[in-house]
Amino acid sequence: MAGKIFEIRWHGRGGQGAKTAALLFGDAALSTGKYIQAFPEYGPERMGAPVQAFNRISSEPIRMHSGVENPDVVLVLDMTLIGQVDITKGLDPDKGVLIVNTPLSTEEIKRQLNYNGKVCTVNASAIAQETIGKNIPNTPLLGALVRVTGILKFDELIEDTKKKLEKKFRNKPEVIEGNLKAIERAYNEVKTE
Amino acid sequence: MKVAKTGNEAFAEAMRQINPDVVAAYPITPATEIVQLFSQFVADGLVKTEFVAVESEHSAMSACIGASAAGARAMTGTSSQGLALMWEMLYIAGGLRLPIVMAVVNRTLSSPINIHCDHSDTFGARDSGWIQIYSENVQETYDNLIQAVRIAEHPDVKLPVMVTTDGFILSHCLETLDILSDEEVQGFIGESPERPNLIKSLQENKPITIGALDLQDYYFEHKRQSAEGMFNAIKVIPEISKEFAERFGREYSFFEEYKLEDADAAVVVMGSTAGTAKEVVDKLREEGRKVGLLKLRVYRPFPAEMLGKALSGVRSIGVMDRADGMSAVSGPLYPEICGALYDVNGKKPVIQDYIYGLGGRDVPMEDIRFVFEELLRTAETGKKEYTLKYIGVRE
Repeated sequence: MAGKIFEIRWHGRGGQGAKTAALLFGDAALSTGKYIQAFPEYGPERMGAPVQAFNRISSEPIRMHSGVENPDVVLVLDMTLIGQVDITKGLDPDKGVLIVNTPLSTEEIKRQLNYNGKVCTVNASAIAQETIGKNIPNTPLLGALVRVTGILKFDELIEDTKKKLEKKFRNKPEVIEGNLKAIERAYNEVKTE
Repeated sequence: MKVAKTGNEAFAEAMRQINPDVVAAYPITPATEIVQLFSQFVADGLVKTEFVAVESEHSAMSACIGASAAGARAMTGTSSQGLALMWEMLYIAGGLRLPIVMAVVNRTLSSPINIHCDHSDTFGARDSGWIQIYSENVQETYDNLIQAVRIAEHPDVKLPVMVTTDGFILSHCLETLDILSDEEVQGFIGESPERPNLIKSLQENKPITIGALDLQDYYFEHKRQSAEGMFNAIKVIPEISKEFAERFGREYSFFEEYKLEDADAAVVVMGSTAGTAKEVVDKLREEGRKVGLLKLRVYRPFPAEMLGKALSGVRSIGVMDRADGMSAVSGPLYPEICGALYDVNGKKPVIQDYIYGLGGRDVPMEDIRFVFEELLRTAETGKKEYTLKYIGVRE
């Protein structure tokens, strides 16, 4: 019997890095010895259009190849999706966690969504603006995800992300530093109820 | 070493490690990445391959045929409409006994136009003289392509091989891949065995012709020999799999039996849905219900005799067809499974067909559970209720 599979759904808009976040998180989880899946939903791909990406994480090999229907965690990269997309779909209010990139309070998000489950907020856009210099909320949300779920250790996430970024941005050390700082800040600043 | 790779990346990595002499390819969604990544390997000097950027898939297969006839190890990759455009050349590769290896990403055929997964593209190519191997996950995608080289080039087989992976579901899904070292792959595939080829024949001053006109006097004999290659593949494929398992620890066969031995009801399924279906089998087993699964990996050659044996003890069988044969009877796999069971002694199982997942329609566990509920009912009564049911579709 396969072990418990931890499932994540990412909501964003085309160009915000929902898919990249899922890939980075999958990779980081793999480096700790877990089995992983990371896959985007392929619909019409346009800048700004609502998109989704998914993760499955397990200590056993993963055999499921259907869509993620009942995620353990939902992350929202863009709060303007609230009211446009059913972001709490399939999320169990008793066990699930919703993490939203927003300057608003958790109470305000719950009110807007008419949702009574656990909600966490972090101003990932502001953090990204201040640390990376651009509104790229995906890497800070990784920090919030790790803090809220404990599925990976903070150090493991930082170490693997650093390795990945060092490969990609060899000549831009400020990008690497900015992203790592963004993860750390979101890890510390995420508000849980 | 465990790494994270998508199905397309796994295909491209395997091709880099195989390091073929020639790759000729044309991009098509969702297989584009395979040759895009591979062309980067060529540009970076990581492979010795001659990369031929062609103007269509028809030309891609034609270039592979030319290269293979000249003695080269030739590979390509495609999907859907691209495979359809290769059509006449597929038969030529098969008929000329050229051990070309092709990575295929399963995508439906137009129309209506759609870029997502079903098996109609490769099912349609089943009679072209190509060996066909299907993959459940990214690991199998990689392992199958490496084994394909040895199968294709085996002196008793000498037939082209296509290895498939499910479009987007696997081609674009990042999964855990236990990757071999370049040396391990090279050690396994070895040098291409000697076979008659154009270059050698000219070098030795004994010119040969490949693809000559072959009328009533000899066409039949040559077709018969091609068929013999396919018969021989029944023997060769397990030998290659055994060697692969001995070296790398992962075992493969024509099909995988999952909790089938004492099952009252079982599904026959191919590709990525097999994984989801195994989860359903486990859930139903927890509820004390005797269900199992057979995942067909090698579709050509068709292992009819072995399938008949493996399935003979099951009372009710559901064939899951990810293609519609438009026969007004069933999907393409159903009659072949029925045929495999026709010669089995004793009480025949009830067999029903389920067409599912066309054009990338998601296949949730409930849909597979529904199939098992139907099968368990017929296992009880022993009565076939229908030949075909479409699942997961609005009717």
